[in-house]
Amino acid sequence: MNAPSVRSIEAAMLRDAAKTLRTEGGRMIMAYALTGDDDAPELRYVSAPSGAQVFDQWQIQGGNEVPSLAEIWPLLGWYEREIADRHAIRFTGHPEPFPLIQPLGRAESDDWRQLPDVEGEAVQFLPFGPVRAGVVESAEFTFFYIGEAILHYVPHLFLKHRGMEERFVGCDIETGAVLAERVSAVGSAAHALAYSQAIEAACRVTVPDRALYQRVIIVELERLYNHLHYLGHLADTTTLKVGHAEGVLLAERVKQINARVTGSRFLRGAIAPGGLRRILDTDRLSETLDALREPIRRYIARLDRSESYFDRLATTGPLPRAVAFDQGATGPIARASGLDRDLRRDHPYAAYADDNLNLTVAGHQDGDANARARVRIAEIDASITMIRRALAVLPDGPIRVPCPPVAQSEALGWAESPRGTLIYAVHFDAAGRLARVKIKSPSFSNWRVFPYTVHETNMMDYAINEASFGLTISGCAR
Amino acid sequence: MALWTLIGLAEGQATTRWPLGEGPDGQAGGLGMPRLDAAQCADGCADCAAACPTGAIALASAQNPVLDYGKCVVCQRCVEVCPTGALSESHDWAFGVRNRADLITAPAEPAAHPAAPSRRGFRRSLHVRHVDAGSCNGCESELQALNNPFYNLHRLGIFFTPSPRFADLLLVTGPVTKAMLEPLLRTYKAMPEPRWVMASGSCAVSGGIAPDGPCLNGLDAVLPVDLYLPGCPPNPAALIEALLLFLDRMPQRVHQGRIDGE
Repeated sequence: MNAPSVRSIEAAMLRDAAKTLRTEGGRMIMAYALTGDDDAPELRYVSAPSGAQVFDQWQIQGGNEVPSLAEIWPLLGWYEREIADRHAIRFTGHPEPFPLIQPLGRAESDDWRQLPDVEGEAVQFLPFGPVRAGVVESAEFTFFYIGEAILHYVPHLFLKHRGMEERFVGCDIETGAVLAERVSAVGSAAHALAYSQAIEAACRVTVPDRALYQRVIIVELERLYNHLHYLGHLADTTTLKVGHAEGVLLAERVKQINARVTGSRFLRGAIAPGGLRRILDTDRLSETLDALREPIRRYIARLDRSESYFDRLATTGPLPRAVAFDQGATGPIARASGLDRDLRRDHPYAAYADDNLNLTVAGHQDGDANARARVRIAEIDASITMIRRALAVLPDGPIRVPCPPVAQSEALGWAESPRGTLIYAVHFDAAGRLARVKIKSPSFSNWRVFPYTVHETNMMDYAINEASFGLTISGCAR
Repeated sequence: MALWTLIGLAEGQATTRWPLGEGPDGQAGGLGMPRLDAAQCADGCADCAAACPTGAIALASAQNPVLDYGKCVVCQRCVEVCPTGALSESHDWAFGVRNRADLITAPAEPAAHPAAPSRRGFRRSLHVRHVDAGSCNGCESELQALNNPFYNLHRLGIFFTPSPRFADLLLVTGPVTKAMLEPLLRTYKAMPEPRWVMASGSCAVSGGIAPDGPCLNGLDAVLPVDLYLPGCPPNPAALIEALLLFLDRMPQRVHQGRIDGE
């Protein structure tokens, strides 16, 4: 973890800095704003310079007009819109100068939907949701289509925006950990980890080794149950009913393991600033996972032999590498489109830098639904290997150290969640309470990318394509 | 495809016999609501109330904490900070109740228990329409788990239905964000009578950890709630027990914030 190197930049120099970052092979990660000492908004841009393990931060103070970087780094489009929704900052030259978070209380008019003018005799208009078939999260999708062919697609993802970032303000460190676990339940452990690491970096606390390895165990269990559920859900969308049942049953087994190890099916209440909150019950974990390996392999082998399954995935929802990069795809979605990036390796945290864990990063070049599934399949086996190795080399010692807040400090913390890059930026106030917490969630990034794989495809493939992304709404809406 | 069916059969039965017969409920090790023994409280101690992120613990007077399980998010913070062991960990998760007051350890006035309305015609076949009104997806994850082969909710005659027109019970998760209020009410209005409402998860029961501003403080501000199930999230076994409680097929286990017989 690093207390970030924060560089002050003049607003007028912002575009040049953004272009330089791009030409030098770096990547933009996110942007957010906070209210500075004099109540004037302060902007932050977080980037990863090429080859650097330390994230870079730009700080822009003063001025309510800032040039938009969305033309240079399209992925910033949503971040800038979200900032403009909450702060008195206008981004000049923004290609989509509309609110992102829908007005609260759903205004009578449809303005917030920002639908394009689409006309034509054969064009059908389908507003779908926010209450949709099945037990799913609420979101509203608008389709314009002709016959089977989708012309245009707009997702509205913020109907369940809860204002979770604001909820942290004024809280103490421990309460913040409870909140972080409740931003996106199926990423609870990664959220707790990224948050805790940010707090630890700000407070300059070194976590005991034993806790670092146990954190790896916890977040890899999270990856495991998420990816197994993902395979089951994907099989369901291809109408492979038994394949669905077997996938979600395997996910259930891991959730039951989670409860035995941490006391929570969602691995909550385990990771906290300073180390771990509880002693894990890992007595038979290695053997239990080993026993699970064979049924998982059998299940995946059967999926591989099912042509009806493969045929629906191959070439579906292609995401070209350039689009994935420009629009900010992350996690398995980015790795399936040829972007070789994984925070566990590129910006190591917890115990991932230990070669004994045998971290491998899966990748694929095709960028279609099949590639996205293949990457996750490879990660399932890799997670089991890493958990077993972490157990084998688990050092003795304490699992937690005190983590007193440091007033006015700030830092970033991150984790490669099952869905990709998750970053917490935390800022303390003068009293040592949380003053600002920004959450960059992987679903926010990947939902931004997803529509690019929907336009000009067909309705039959939509559900499969969406399942192949494995997105959550709560992570996006926060 | 035919091969999958054969393979599925060959894998054998994965479904537990619980709660109809002997079998695991699947929740071994999972922590539930904290237990409170106020007799052990230290004089003037308010550590639990200060640590609770949702204000579930109120100190009516010294040595008299009142715990509202409807607000509890099972984070175990109170157990961690309690110096005397008055609050302790438990595996108690079956907290479904018909009356909100039954989730509070010392209600201002004890919950009234009029005869439960008869759901005779629905006991063996209940159709549920779920609406996510701003959850963190934990409640959805566990609701989805109900249909995995381990719990296999269908065997109990309980089904999720896509259309509110066919639904008997509206099961709501999340604190109700203002933006989801209208779709939620429209879903309710689309249901035929008789219709019932369940608040599932501590957010729907009380607002839980949800922030003010974009969120309401739970479902009963906007709809008449027939069944409350706190939990963060309620696990699949808790959901099954609550649904069977709703159908009068299982007894309510919690009264006035205490598990019966304990």
